[in-house]
Amino acid sequence: MKVLKKTWLSAAILSSLLLAACGGDEQEAGSATNSGGETIAISGSTSVGPLAEKLAAEHSEQTDVNIEVNQIGSSAGITNAINGVSDIGMSSRDLKDEEAAQLDQTIIAYDGIVVVAHPSNPVKDLTMEQVKQIFTGEVTNWKQLGGKDMEIVVVSREDGSGSRDAFQEIVGYESGQLIRNAIVASGNGNIKTTVATNKHAVGFISFEYVDETISTFNINGVEPIADNVLNNSYALARPFLFVHTEEALTQQGQQFIDFILSSDGQDIVEAAGAIRLD
Amino acid sequence: MTSPVDTTKTDITKANKRKYAMEKVSSKIFLICALLSVFSLVLIVGFVFYKGATPFVAGGYSFIDFIFGSDWVPSEDKFGIWPMIVASLYATVGALIIGVPIGLFTAIFLAEIAPKSVARILSPAIQLLAGIPSVLYGVFGLAIIVPFLQNNLGLARGQSLIAVIIVLAIMMLPTIVTVCETAIRAVPKTYREGSLALGASQIGTIFKVIVPAAKSGILAAIVLGLGRAIGETMAVILVAGNALIIPTSLTDSVRPLTTNIALEMGYAAGTHQEMLFATGIVLFSFILILNFVLAKIAKGGQ
Amino acid sequence: MRQTKDALLRGLLWASAAVSVGILVLIVGFIFYKGIGYISFDFIFGDYSPTGGGGILPMIVTTIYTIAISLIIATPLGILAAVYLQEYAKQGRLVNMIRFATESLTGIPSIIYGLFGAVFFVATLKLGMSIIAASLTLTIIVLPVIIRTTEEALKTVPAAYREGSLALGTTKLQTLYKVILPSAMPGILSGIILSIGRIVGESAAIFLTAGTVAAMPDSIFSSARTLTVHSYLVTQESGDIGLAAAVGIVLIVLIFAINMTATFISKKLNKADF
Repeated sequence: MKVLKKTWLSAAILSSLLLAACGGDEQEAGSATNSGGETIAISGSTSVGPLAEKLAAEHSEQTDVNIEVNQIGSSAGITNAINGVSDIGMSSRDLKDEEAAQLDQTIIAYDGIVVVAHPSNPVKDLTMEQVKQIFTGEVTNWKQLGGKDMEIVVVSREDGSGSRDAFQEIVGYESGQLIRNAIVASGNGNIKTTVATNKHAVGFISFEYVDETISTFNINGVEPIADNVLNNSYALARPFLFVHTEEALTQQGQQFIDFILSSDGQDIVEAAGAIRLD
Repeated sequence: MTSPVDTTKTDITKANKRKYAMEKVSSKIFLICALLSVFSLVLIVGFVFYKGATPFVAGGYSFIDFIFGSDWVPSEDKFGIWPMIVASLYATVGALIIGVPIGLFTAIFLAEIAPKSVARILSPAIQLLAGIPSVLYGVFGLAIIVPFLQNNLGLARGQSLIAVIIVLAIMMLPTIVTVCETAIRAVPKTYREGSLALGASQIGTIFKVIVPAAKSGILAAIVLGLGRAIGETMAVILVAGNALIIPTSLTDSVRPLTTNIALEMGYAAGTHQEMLFATGIVLFSFILILNFVLAKIAKGGQ
Repeated sequence: MRQTKDALLRGLLWASAAVSVGILVLIVGFIFYKGIGYISFDFIFGDYSPTGGGGILPMIVTTIYTIAISLIIATPLGILAAVYLQEYAKQGRLVNMIRFATESLTGIPSIIYGLFGAVFFVATLKLGMSIIAASLTLTIIVLPVIIRTTEEALKTVPAAYREGSLALGTTKLQTLYKVILPSAMPGILSGIILSIGRIVGESAAIFLTAGTVAAMPDSIFSSARTLTVHSYLVTQESGDIGLAAAVGIVLIVLIFAINMTATFISKKLNKADF
């Protein structure tokens, strides 16, 4: 059995080396468990996630509550909230009727969706109708919109994404109508990178992700800024939701939601690039 | 009453007995490990097939429409994966055409031609590269290959079939090189010496004697590389474009089978989720068929 | 004629090696070039901060946990299974089928394992999204890899070794651990290294079973985020190539360290045995 022992031994050596490398942190983590209070499990939208993480970090500092934020997509988060895997689900789209029947929802912030293109694109204004024509493939060349003679490359989120659902609902087309050769990217960041590096491209991302690497479109002449979302003149807006069943919400969970809705919490919302409620 | 001779005898018998018992127990342990491994693997396959078959058996969906349908709109209950099947086949075959010869030749170079000092540095370095997370190859593809295709070759979409093929070929290189090299090094020295003694050149020996002798290992390398290519998801998502069309040229955006699963699994529920499992079955069947073909080739050659 | 052909093939061999090495250098160079600016002591040993500028220590710890747990289970199981298939089992239809199955299973996209893990370990066994659920899923992912490479390594042990040892009157088991396994050890170790690569590189399956919580794990039952998942999320969500590359540098260094350890152990073992 000597070599078998050796096999075990080498595995043991390897793993003890590995564990030794992180031994210090284990202790830290251990002490955190002892002092830590309850854990709130939150999961859902990747658009809401970064904001929720920031809110959670601030809230954990003030209280003893441990908050786990899992970014797995709106629909999965809603499902988790319904079947109790998570205490709270995050959604970046409105609930469907059958979902709303089972869940309580709280709007924690608003978000705008911005139509974006490569900075070199001379087209700066689109009507909502033109946006629809672009994404459904009725318009396929930037020339038709007053730009250069170039093919339009449409970039969309994946089927089932909260952002895509919200965008399609507001613009007014169905998933099946999306132009076939549209590039499908699986995250806000991915769309941003794709559009930022492709002169032909047009896509849509959340307000939080806008920076100088891309240019934004005015929709129906309205600039995509927070004020215009609040005064209802910018149409491409949606709520960020926290959803939960009545019984799953603990006192700590309620406190966290209260914190988000407080003016301190809303300051974090604003700093994160989303739109505050008040 | 027992004489010293008898004691030694019984001791030996005892020791032998223990040895035989040990032998039996250990072979049972090996068997259990094998069964446990096989069981866990069977469990997964069974699970995937059970989930994936549900919509066709219980839901009344047509399997033919699923395979040959060209519309994939889950929110409208349309599930057709023909474009993805075509995309996966093109991408994998393309990557093999580029990756296998370069990988094999590199392995031969390292094992047979390169000076020892060079091989001693390069081999571990390449082995190390096999461990680079595929996501990083995707990041590289997105940041370098895609813009290159757009700016230097003037494609409207850099995210295309050709980008996928290049990224996959690069990704499978370390795997193929490492496994092929091991196989070539395992060919007994006598083969080499015998061939050279008969007057064959070094190159002749390599291609006529050593490579055929290492065939089983080389095929294993191809299977592993193939597995890596066809199963790759995260790197491909970033460079494929994921468009739902049947590709007609290397410059079209494509959505391979894996990407379809990964893109939508997070959001999918119910029939949609089961259809993604069904996509997995198709993928699995491909691998099965390819392995089967390779096994036949290996046997036929012997 | 033969000489031209030889020269041509020789040229091809050199060219292929140059292409392989060139591409791989290019990739590593790209990752280091893009990411090195982010690397600092605070980046590696600092706690994660959702507001940006924080470190990646929680992801490093999570990654090490997943590697250690999956290997502790998969290595002995896989090696012993391979020994059974190669050395003990009656070579026939059944063994060939098992072999064919493990071979095929190395090709299953990890996302399917991830889905299985998410339903079986996370939900059915009620482990929740956790490091342990991810590690068990990874165990199943690397099992075929270890079995296959170990078998391949055992195959390369010359039959003469076995016969010689048995002829000296040793039992099968003694031959196995004194002769066969030691000479197959380098091959087995390269299989383990491949597995570590697969574990470290895995993102899809871990994403579904360990979740994406960006905080120091309390225990192996906590939900957490590995380095690779982090680098994927950074690319997907914030589109920050530099940060993704910086995480990539840490991953490469980690893999390098594990490789060195494995090589070191392998050398020690070889010395001890001969």
